[in-house]
Amino acid sequence: MDLLVPEVGLLVWNSIAFLLLLFLLAKFAWKPIMKSIHEREQSIDDALNKAELAKQEMARLTSQNQDLMQQARAERDEILKQAKTLKDSILNEAKKQAQVEGSKLIEKAKIEIENQKKVALAEVKDQVSTLSLEIAERVLRTQLDDKSKQEALVANLLKDVELN
Amino acid sequence: MDFNQVFMSKVKKVIVAFTLLIAFLSIKNDTFAQVDTVSSLPVDTAVTATHDAGAVANHDGGNTEKEKGFDITSFIFHHISDSHFFTLFGHGEHGFTLHLPIILWTDQGLVTFSSSAFKFNDDGKEVVEKNGQRFVMAHNKIYYANATPNEHGAFVSHVEKDGAEVVTNVRPLDFSITKNVFSMLLSVVVLVVMFTSIASSYSKRNGKSPKGLQSFLEPIILFVRDDIARPNLGHKYSAFMPYLLSVFFFIWMNNVLGLVPFFPGGANVTGNIALTSVLAVCTYLITTFKGNKHYWKHIFWMPGVPVPMKIFLAPLELIGTLTKPIALAIRLFANITAGHILVMSLLCLIFIFNSLWIAPASIFFAVFIGLIEFLVAFIQAFIFTTLSALFIGMAVEDHH
Repeated sequence: MDLLVPEVGLLVWNSIAFLLLLFLLAKFAWKPIMKSIHEREQSIDDALNKAELAKQEMARLTSQNQDLMQQARAERDEILKQAKTLKDSILNEAKKQAQVEGSKLIEKAKIEIENQKKVALAEVKDQVSTLSLEIAERVLRTQLDDKSKQEALVANLLKDVELN
Repeated sequence: MDFNQVFMSKVKKVIVAFTLLIAFLSIKNDTFAQVDTVSSLPVDTAVTATHDAGAVANHDGGNTEKEKGFDITSFIFHHISDSHFFTLFGHGEHGFTLHLPIILWTDQGLVTFSSSAFKFNDDGKEVVEKNGQRFVMAHNKIYYANATPNEHGAFVSHVEKDGAEVVTNVRPLDFSITKNVFSMLLSVVVLVVMFTSIASSYSKRNGKSPKGLQSFLEPIILFVRDDIARPNLGHKYSAFMPYLLSVFFFIWMNNVLGLVPFFPGGANVTGNIALTSVLAVCTYLITTFKGNKHYWKHIFWMPGVPVPMKIFLAPLELIGTLTKPIALAIRLFANITAGHILVMSLLCLIFIFNSLWIAPASIFFAVFIGLIEFLVAFIQAFIFTTLSALFIGMAVEDHH
């Protein structure tokens, strides 16, 4: 039964030693150790979180890049399309204008031709009348060489006049 | 828990080993039945007359009938109990012994002298006179000496009680640095040096990975934190970490030191009820002073039960708060003491059978049990710390 009865001296020494140990370790060992371990864990957590964030950022950037590329491609297509329509429209416009211009020119030419024609006709008329007058003069000269014929004509003419 | 697996497999192995041991012993008994008829008696009464064993048995009381025999019980109990000497090797005057100081608080004040004054006499036959007072040592305890010796030459009086002789002399208060105190102080020094050194390497290598001793101890510290403190204490764990870590490493260190068979180990520090009760009282004080009102309400006025039941439960719960630390103290003490007794008993088989041929088996089993004891050293430290954390956790738990 000796074993189950604690010795007073041992109790005292054990209490002193254990409390001393507790005090010394708590102050000089556990506090800095636990703090350091805690800080390290925190920093590891932080680093992992940061890595995760960086990964997300990466993914975001990649998708953004892709978006940008797509957008750029779409823009390019749009620009090309616009250019094509513009070209078409310009071409059409030009064609139309050319047509208009052409028809205008044709019109002008027609008018000019008409005018020229008129002028030519007038000239022809003039010449015809001059020619006819000359012919008539020559005819008359030849016909009115003798006196009788002149008198007959005059008489004829006078007759006509009276009729009018 | 992670240890279940280990427990299960180890327990099976232990059972197998013991079955083998018992089978082996029964064969041996039959073989030596003619020459050793008393070997089937309980070990503490087995008497084998032998000259070499007799040499080891001189601390065997004044019992005349066992004078030449080998008293296993006293031999083993001598080894597991405290002592004023620390034998490095050899025996008595033929060996090398560290004489530890004796510090007594007597009727006339403080008395100190070296334990060498007793000249290794443990039967109360060597009287030491100091400050006009006379002291004798019997069974490693210091008594005031009688004026005259009895018929065996001892200056102490005995009384027969439960088949054992009890010394009736008055004892002074004994604050000696005994083997246990010496070993424990040594472990305190080792622990403080070890952990302050790793604390400094923590501050030196702040934020970096652990190195050397630090990397050996850090997993254990984290084990105490993550597997003992956190599951039982929840978010309040950090306030109790210093206590739990100190208890864990103190018990573990002393358990392991106790298993080392030579100086400075070998003292049965954690197998002494004094140390385990000091630790258990610390846990008890923490639960008592840190307990919140829910804890006390559950003890004195259990919610959710009828009033007569509340009155009936209050004393039971109050006793329960005391039985927890008592169980803590006895569990550690009994486990470690049992381990020491087991190893010593296995080694004593050689002397019980009085045969050198039993030595290989005896040593094999002693080594085997010794290895298991290393596991037990850790497990008992773990259990004590876990239960402390559990009791503290119950006291500080938030109720919703």
